[in-house]
Amino acid sequence: MMQVGLNHMLLLSTCLFFLGMYGFFTRRNLITILMSLELMLNSVNINFVAFNTYLYPQNLDGVFFSIFIITIAAAEAAVAIAIIINLFRSHQSIDVDDAGEMKY
Amino acid sequence: MEMKDVFFYLIAAYILGTGFMAVNTRKIFRAAIWLLFSLIGIAALYFWLNQEFLAAVQISVYVGGIVVLIIFSVFLTQKAGNKIPKTSIQKTLFSALATLFGFALTTYILWHHTFGSNQIQVLDASIEQIGTQLLNPGKDGFLLPFEAVSMLLLAALVGCIVIAMKVKKEETA
Repeated sequence: MMQVGLNHMLLLSTCLFFLGMYGFFTRRNLITILMSLELMLNSVNINFVAFNTYLYPQNLDGVFFSIFIITIAAAEAAVAIAIIINLFRSHQSIDVDDAGEMKY
Repeated sequence: MEMKDVFFYLIAAYILGTGFMAVNTRKIFRAAIWLLFSLIGIAALYFWLNQEFLAAVQISVYVGGIVVLIIFSVFLTQKAGNKIPKTSIQKTLFSALATLFGFALTTYILWHHTFGSNQIQVLDASIEQIGTQLLNPGKDGFLLPFEAVSMLLLAALVGCIVIAMKVKKEETA
């Protein structure tokens, strides 16, 4: 059996990324779309940390990238939820198909 | 196979299983809870990689912050026990095909690419080291992005309040 290496990590994060992408395509509800987005962001974080740990252990750049991504994801989630609540107030629904006024 | 490797496969199966449930379950509140489990699994993966600080950040920000925000918004916008309407088979099929194609392409590239060193190495990711480097204006420091992110957080805070604020009808009329 192979030892767990960088490729295993990358395969895991690829699986997670495409799971998030599948959710992004199939879901129609804004909150669940946001959840899929969080899964994708997390898979990218795994990638950064794995590359840092396996290939460049002498510095910590990947860890810092992950920390900043987590911070920005928190800000992004907060703004997205404010927008969702505002949309719910005006449309009584958070389905993406119900918010098509600016589509054409 | 060593014990450490077994743990890796367990964590990976846990993350992917809960993540799969999070994108497939039809009750939105359950999706949020599955997402929470998946994020805890990712924190476990950081522990496995000896990144204790990052695991702590993951738990406190994602599990303690973002998922709680998502659950709040579920409560504010959904009726309890409502199921998400089923997506059409055509849409599911095409999404699955697109996803599988992307996955196959990425895995193919990954399979035919070898990276330099493939051994886990000792990495000084102590909290002391991270803190020193984060607030260091010198060559390896991250002080400028740190300050930029603090400004971004302030802007996001103010922006959220402005967006979600209730506008009184008397004032606008």
